[in-house]
Amino acid sequence: MGIAELQGYGYVALTSLLVLILYGYIYHLYTKKRDSDGHDYEEYSNMALRDDIDDAPVSAISDDKEK
Amino acid sequence: MENRPLEYDYTVAKMFMFATIALGIVGMLVGVILAFELAFPGVNTILGSGVAEYTNFSRLRPLHTDAIIFGFTLSGIFATWYYVGQRVLKVSMAESGLLMFLGKLHFWLYLVIVASVVVTLLAGITTSKEYAEFEWPIDIAVVIVWVVWGMSIFGLIGIRREKSLYISMWYYIATFLGIAMLYVFNNMEIPTILGTNGIGESGFGDWWHSVSMYAGANDAMVQWWYGHNAVAFGLTVPIVAMIYYFLPKESGQAIYSYKLSLLSFWGLMFVYIWAGGHHLIYSTIPDWVQTMASVFSVILILPSWGSAINMLLTMKGEWQQVASSPLIKFMVLGSTFYMFSTLEGPIQAIKSVNAIAHFTDWIVGHVHDGTLGWVGFMIMASLFHMAPRVFKREIYSKSLMATQFWIQTLGVVLYFTSMWIAGITQGMMWRAHDEFGNLAYSFIDTVTVLHPYYTIRAVGGTLYLVGFLLFSYNIYKTMSARPVEESELQNASPMGA
Repeated sequence: MGIAELQGYGYVALTSLLVLILYGYIYHLYTKKRDSDGHDYEEYSNMALRDDIDDAPVSAISDDKEK
Repeated sequence: MENRPLEYDYTVAKMFMFATIALGIVGMLVGVILAFELAFPGVNTILGSGVAEYTNFSRLRPLHTDAIIFGFTLSGIFATWYYVGQRVLKVSMAESGLLMFLGKLHFWLYLVIVASVVVTLLAGITTSKEYAEFEWPIDIAVVIVWVVWGMSIFGLIGIRREKSLYISMWYYIATFLGIAMLYVFNNMEIPTILGTNGIGESGFGDWWHSVSMYAGANDAMVQWWYGHNAVAFGLTVPIVAMIYYFLPKESGQAIYSYKLSLLSFWGLMFVYIWAGGHHLIYSTIPDWVQTMASVFSVILILPSWGSAINMLLTMKGEWQQVASSPLIKFMVLGSTFYMFSTLEGPIQAIKSVNAIAHFTDWIVGHVHDGTLGWVGFMIMASLFHMAPRVFKREIYSKSLMATQFWIQTLGVVLYFTSMWIAGITQGMMWRAHDEFGNLAYSFIDTVTVLHPYYTIRAVGGTLYLVGFLLFSYNIYKTMSARPVEESELQNASPMGA
């Protein structure tokens, strides 16, 4: 098997892997709907909408410290 | 010490807002002069043949591109970063003396670089690499400023109250990392005074002069990997960061799908970096590189449209705001031009289309519907949104803003339509031949045919510049307009008549 053929197989394998990762990520986002902290991804829009300095953070750093 | 409630500190954001406006005026004015020089060559020596060196097209052209990309756009990116960064991380720069110092250092060092770029480019000192014209001493200074900005970004992230990073932050971080990598690798160069020739002589050229470490086809590939990704990480990624913050904030609407924004982000990051080779289709680079660049350019439609559609759908149920608010108009049209431009680019990158489009004015048209319609509109809209919050005053005039919108939209439309017609005409004329293969037209034939379109383009550019001057005046007057209460600043920006 020459280098060109190896490159060909490598290319197909890499592309398939990346496609799997991408679709896996989409599947994960839309089935789990929440991240590891239990926040619905859509809640994060509030980081822009409620961004005054005394607004409550969507997930505060201080929550972590209390745990 | 008096006990005042904590507030966001916009000192540095304000400094960069002024820089954005000043450099925007310079960059766009030079652009208009260049457009008239192309339509009427006499303008090249308008100030007399004695100073023709400083007024001709070739000397001014890099000043236009660099003033717009690294002046106007970059200042706009920095201004919005120092505004959005604090707000979405819920931390004030006033809380850290170090971050405040870094922010001001960032601004003043940046200004020194801007001054040295203007002087050197006007003096004709250049590496002659497109969009990478700065000589090595300036390159080193650019790296230092970039590191200072990086310290400022990650310093602010380090003291944040909000654990998660808002989607705009991801885009700002990508801008920082992307440009850092691209700039360093494309500008690898050796000062000529360090070189030695075959018979042992050394110390050639001026101390500031350098040659690239790459040569031939390698140089071309690195250059366009850089050049196209300057568009990616300078004119797309940070502008997406802006629209993801400013459109939801101004309209009061949550992003249509936050999940889609995450998906589009990773798609854009992965795909964009491979597309640069489309600048070299039908040139002496490997065929597979050309094909890969072409394929990746077409795939690029997906993540680009993912963000753009997400923004348009954010306005779902609130489309009356587009009619009532000129500020929303700017952002919605910006997003539409982003879609338009990211469809046009991939079409031009298809090999058979590229055979006609390459080297023609269609490419110039494509660049400008992106930069004028998307980048320019978004930066001005962002500054319009920031102004009432930064100056604590209402926007001076809503009607002036609407007037500006329509003047500039007309300008953009005249610009890209004239360049489409000019470009395709040019491409067809260059290819036309008789039955024996003799070219049907000489170069000057195309120049004659294109003259009216070049004139229309110059008029379009002038309209855009006029709009930008209205914008500058409106922001200037905003600084002395009616003071507003904190409660007026929740979403839609307060505007005077």
